[in-house]
Amino acid sequence: MSTYFLCLILFCVGLYAILRKRNIIKMIIGIVICEYAINLFLILFGYKMNGRSPLYSPDQQILDMVDPLPQAMAMTAIVISLATTALLVGIAIRIYEKYGTFDITKINKLKG
Amino acid sequence: MQFIPLLVILPLGAAFFISLAGKNKNKLCDIFSVIITFFLFALSLFFVFTTHNYTGALVYKVGGWGMPGGITLVLDGLSIFMLTIVNFIAFMVNIFSVNYMNRFSAKDKFYALFMLMVGGMNGVVITGDIFNLFVFYEIASIASYALVAFGTEKEELEASLKYTIIGVVGSLCILLAIAFLYAYTSTLNMANIASAIAQNGINSVIAFVSVLFIAGFGIKSAIVPFHAWLPDAHPAAPAPISAMLSGIFIKSLGIYTLCRIFYNVFGMNSGISQLFMFLGALSIIVGGLLALGQNDIKRLLGYSSVSQVGYIILGLGIGSPLAITGALLHLFNHSAFKSLLFLNSGAIEYATGTRDLEKLGGLRTKMPTTSATSLAASMSISGIPPFAGFFSKLLIIAACIKSGYVGYGILAIVGAILTISYILKFQKYTFFGQLKEINKNIREVPIFMKSSMIALSIICIFGAVLMMPKIADYFLKPAQESLTRGMKYSDLVTQALYEK
Repeated sequence: MSTYFLCLILFCVGLYAILRKRNIIKMIIGIVICEYAINLFLILFGYKMNGRSPLYSPDQQILDMVDPLPQAMAMTAIVISLATTALLVGIAIRIYEKYGTFDITKINKLKG
Repeated sequence: MQFIPLLVILPLGAAFFISLAGKNKNKLCDIFSVIITFFLFALSLFFVFTTHNYTGALVYKVGGWGMPGGITLVLDGLSIFMLTIVNFIAFMVNIFSVNYMNRFSAKDKFYALFMLMVGGMNGVVITGDIFNLFVFYEIASIASYALVAFGTEKEELEASLKYTIIGVVGSLCILLAIAFLYAYTSTLNMANIASAIAQNGINSVIAFVSVLFIAGFGIKSAIVPFHAWLPDAHPAAPAPISAMLSGIFIKSLGIYTLCRIFYNVFGMNSGISQLFMFLGALSIIVGGLLALGQNDIKRLLGYSSVSQVGYIILGLGIGSPLAITGALLHLFNHSAFKSLLFLNSGAIEYATGTRDLEKLGGLRTKMPTTSATSLAASMSISGIPPFAGFFSKLLIIAACIKSGYVGYGILAIVGAILTISYILKFQKYTFFGQLKEINKNIREVPIFMKSSMIALSIICIFGAVLMMPKIADYFLKPAQESLTRGMKYSDLVTQALYEK
């Protein structure tokens, strides 16, 4: 049970970074931390103590295997988060070229 | 039936082909992408005409894998309704961007991202697997984040950063919700989830998951507490993309998914229904009031989208067959007239180089087509009787009063008055009044832009035909039935799967 709470704390750390930090790069790191927390959660609920890997072989009876589907979901989520992170870093670099700063309080051309 | 995967494969393949071979070949990209979107539109019309008298659902098993393990693609009335809207607007926008996107460099990259977005939206609409829905949702979202930043100037980048960060937090909510749902029901297929929930009943897990889904999909559908990204992202994007975002993106990724999950998977209950009605009414009023104060055409239209989406959510919240018909008709009408208004704003920007209402005026004589088409869209959005928008708003307000929610009905009427006032402001400052000196030499926009605007304006004028008894059987009624059917969705899909 305590692992789930640690997972929640990790998520909240990421959320804190997204909401409170003024530097774009730190916000992006916050997003990545949030994604890690969710991936960890996915792996955790598919895990079984002393379980074996879910490999199929015809001569063995399979008992106690961990659930493979959350692992596949986590893989897909990692690929998606890679795409978003790459895009965000690309945008951050372009913003630095245009504004000369990473501080979001100084990037305020849009209002209303 | 075996054509269903083409709806996803074709646009994704086209995106791959364009990014591979389209560099510096603008003509090739234009022709190729228009052919693809036309084919998608024709395919969705084919589904409309072949399935209208078939009460079940069409199910395709990806890779031949069956229900609990494999991914299924499900076509029912609501999916076909959304597919037709998505592919029609995508086709029109694609024709528009043949001329319009010459203002930007790297047209091939635009088309590649555009195709990814269309593929993602089609995928969200036809999939029957909740994690697959998330994957397609992300494909469409990431393409839209990049397209908002397409101009790569200061405003565009800032808007895109804001939109991306809000959007990513929303997708994290959805992923977390899917994780909880899988842990609870140990399946990812939406039909199986529905039957598992029907057996176990609503409890605290489902309540928590519902909140996460409302936050996640609410961000994409821009209901009021989650609308902050929309008025920045819409003006920053190129005009065709604003039309896509407002016309179909917020509907297929936001409203469709909300409908599907809360009507067909979780089952509608009074708490969710009250919440939808409250959020819808709040969106109508807040969006309308904020739109009144804007001087940028696209920002005004963006807030207007928030307000009009409120009507759809209000109608869905009431949940009676009349209200659902009204909401779906308003969804259709809104996709037509709001895309047209955004394309008009693009045409104005193309001709005059500005979107500021105070620098425009008197364009009626110089740009007759733009002016006439935008008048049709404006009449429709503000609910002037013979136009399509009147009937959908009337249905929603009538359903409010009939179901006993008179207060919400009055708020909806106030929203309609607000709509008329900001649309009058847009019309007066843009097309009526004195022509400014700097705009003396402007010309009407090229032929492709004109033709797509005219086609959309015809839909705006005659959209109410969909309500006619015979025609409604083809398009509107199956969609409404698939929502009122509620939890029977799971039986329908299971049945369709074992028939073969």
